Amino acid sequence: MAELSASHASQTPGAHPHHSHLDLLEAEAIAILRETAAELSNPVLMYSIGKDSQVLLHLARKAFYPAPLPFPLLHVDTGWKFREMYQFRDAVVAELGVRLIVHRNQRALDEGINPFDYSSQVYTHATKTQALLEALKLHGFDAALGGARRDEERSRAKERVFSFRDAQGQWDPRRQRPELWDVYNGRVRAGESIRVFPMSNWTELDVWLYILRERIPVVPLYFAASRPVVARSGTWIMADDERMRLRPGEAPEPRRVRFRTLGCYPLSGAIESEATTVSELITEMLTSRRSERAGRLIDFDEDGSMESKKREGYF
Amino acid sequence: MVAIISQDPAREPAPVPGAAVTPAALLVTHGERELLRLVVVGSVDDGKSTLIGRLLYECDSLLDDQVAAVERASRGGAIDFSLFTDGLLAEREQGITIDVAYRYFTTGRRKVIVADTPGHVQYTRNMATGASTADAAVILVDARQGVLQQTRRHAHIAGLLGIPYLAVAINKMDLVDYDRATFERLSAEVLTLTSRLGFAEVRCFPVSATQGDWITKPSERAPWHDQTLLAWLEALPHQRRQELAPFRFAVQQVLRPNIDERLLTGRVASGTVRKGDRVVLSPSGRTATVARIATLTGDLAEARAPLSVALGLDVDVDVSRGDVLAHAGALPEVSGAVDASLVWLNEAPLAVGHRYLIKCGPRTVPAYIERIHHRLDLESLREVSAQSLEANDIGEVRISATRSLVFDRYRDNRATGAFVVIDPETNATVAAGMIREPYLGEGSHHFYSRVGAEARAKRLGHHGLVVLLDGGLAADAADRIAGLEHELFRRGVVAAQVGLDLEAAVALAKAGVVALAAVAATGRERARELLRAARIPWTEAEAAEDSVDVVLLAARQGVAS
Repeated sequence: MAELSASHASQTPGAHPHHSHLDLLEAEAIAILRETAAELSNPVLMYSIGKDSQVLLHLARKAFYPAPLPFPLLHVDTGWKFREMYQFRDAVVAELGVRLIVHRNQRALDEGINPFDYSSQVYTHATKTQALLEALKLHGFDAALGGARRDEERSRAKERVFSFRDAQGQWDPRRQRPELWDVYNGRVRAGESIRVFPMSNWTELDVWLYILRERIPVVPLYFAASRPVVARSGTWIMADDERMRLRPGEAPEPRRVRFRTLGCYPLSGAIESEATTVSELITEMLTSRRSERAGRLIDFDEDGSMESKKREGYF
Repeated sequence: MVAIISQDPAREPAPVPGAAVTPAALLVTHGERELLRLVVVGSVDDGKSTLIGRLLYECDSLLDDQVAAVERASRGGAIDFSLFTDGLLAEREQGITIDVAYRYFTTGRRKVIVADTPGHVQYTRNMATGASTADAAVILVDARQGVLQQTRRHAHIAGLLGIPYLAVAINKMDLVDYDRATFERLSAEVLTLTSRLGFAEVRCFPVSATQGDWITKPSERAPWHDQTLLAWLEALPHQRRQELAPFRFAVQQVLRPNIDERLLTGRVASGTVRKGDRVVLSPSGRTATVARIATLTGDLAEARAPLSVALGLDVDVDVSRGDVLAHAGALPEVSGAVDASLVWLNEAPLAVGHRYLIKCGPRTVPAYIERIHHRLDLESLREVSAQSLEANDIGEVRISATRSLVFDRYRDNRATGAFVVIDPETNATVAAGMIREPYLGEGSHHFYSRVGAEARAKRLGHHGLVVLLDGGLAADAADRIAGLEHELFRRGVVAAQVGLDLEAAVALAKAGVVALAAVAATGRERARELLRAARIPWTEAEAAEDSVDVVLLAARQGVAS
């Protein structure tokens, strides 16, 4: 058998240890952020307050240091985020002195669209997808940087780093631009845009290890604490404010829980946990066997639901 | 407020009894893996998605709910491993892979990024996308079907893209009863095919993606084999080619954080840069010293490829996006014309004479494809003449750009020798290119002169010439070259110094000037090659005034010939 194989080239002894995969993921993300700022005329960083947004913001600060960020942050706000998320967002903006644009789909809110009376498709389409497209159009953004990762969901695994959107903000997965090496094609016509995902190749574990390494602050909801929750669809939903609609027989009870992903509180499932630090959280993750989106109610509407949302313009 | 947005260092490490995992230990164990980029290719139905699903499953990179979802979809039968990777609705409807999907798993030593690519010929562009960054490729061959045209095409593209390591998974061995003769026949056929494609190593594996033989576990059904695919991947040498190549830094942006400071952002594409290094900017040829290597977490003394950094220079030289910094003595090529291999990716065929854009690193220049040298016929593996290239064709072309490209040969440097071709009318990425050679011949500088070399020689009394002078850049050598220049000028020769800049030397010699270039012994062979290619007469001499007679003779001989 041996003759069917040429021998390994001997490993070149280097004076230096190898760069770790976190170093390489960081270098790649920074290069993508810079390429976006150089190639597109009006980019924006999608800031959703969660851990991925925090990492993306940190990477953006690294990419343009010592200059300030060359683009604003955009928070597409549904009005139903956790209170701690809003506090955290405002503290970050104040501390870093970055420019934040908050956009809501006011028409949907006026119509009373909420996560209780409407299916998650209708609710998400109105308060997130529509709101995002509105905001991009309103401000004329031609690039939206996001912290999405390919390991999150099957249709995301297929998305380019520079992901083209037509003038309607739609994604056509069958006509994606080939993307070779680290040469990105950021050319758009008026009205068209690019969604850019600098953290495409990161996994959830990479994100947490990087947060640990770089001491990046995150919303305390990621850590275990006693919180008032009710059991729904096999997960724990937190009654974060007085707008929470309890079903007959439901009464919030204190449980030691944490959130793996943060979104609208009525749709974000918590897990029971004892992890109160990043290290403990990583240790718990290494033994856990559930994917992070398992806690999100919106992905389970139908087979391929995320792909459908993304085609329409969901981030 | 600060309490909300700061990790509390006092709470790290976790003071949990029995779980004494410190952040430092976690980072060492899980945060310092080597990164391996792997691409899985092969014809449709050869089992790529199943093989990758199997790798993910057996490397524990799938989570319970993902496994449960696939078990449900497999409807009670054996797990259909391909369901872990095919993600788009159209793919599941058609049972094929359309686009490249990226998956991740970790081994003891490595984080592996796997590109799962489509096998259908009309999606070859997506295969090329997945293969472009790969350190290693797995090509699947159906043991019953053998080597198909698409196998050849994929092997060629993998070789062309410079992937060093190739594993050949002879798959579906269960369907040929694990027949060793079949395996060895197919292995020999593949090795013949791949022997001239430039791989550093090719290894064949008898596998069954559905049964799991020799993928992560040895199999008693093929006991005559000796290594699993996973063990091979784990043993591959870590890729340091970019680190060991000469220093290159392509400027992405120029930052002006304040009135006094200017920083060049970019990635160390190859090699190492240190604070205090003298660097040369291409294409301008200007030089400067690296005054600082800035990062948010503190300045660095050095940066190795492929880190992204910001460089401050000691002088305010003119720099723009796409300029390349390198060390003197190991400069990149600068040329407006190149010979390159192309993989055509678009439905609209290549049009000779159409205005395209070439994006090479951060530099984008308008360019024309002047001619097609040949197309590779994938059935016969012969180079055949062609008027155009169509979707998924591989060919060699000459490209003529309206401004200079700064690059290396792709075989020497994957980061600086690659480019994409964009059609500015549609903004589509229409081709992937790999530079083979700069083209320095007739017409390569985009102008055609009506003044011939003879006419110039008649006017000046001597021929244009490049003189390669010994002595490098030592202070007294510079002095002696200046002396030689002066003496030549005094004796009626139009002579000029060009320092290290051979491009300038070529241009001057074409204009009839005797160009004096300081080229160290180590750069001699490359300089000769370049001058030969550009068909410029040259001579070599000591950097001394005494050389004046040698140079005069050579310049006059040019006139005589």
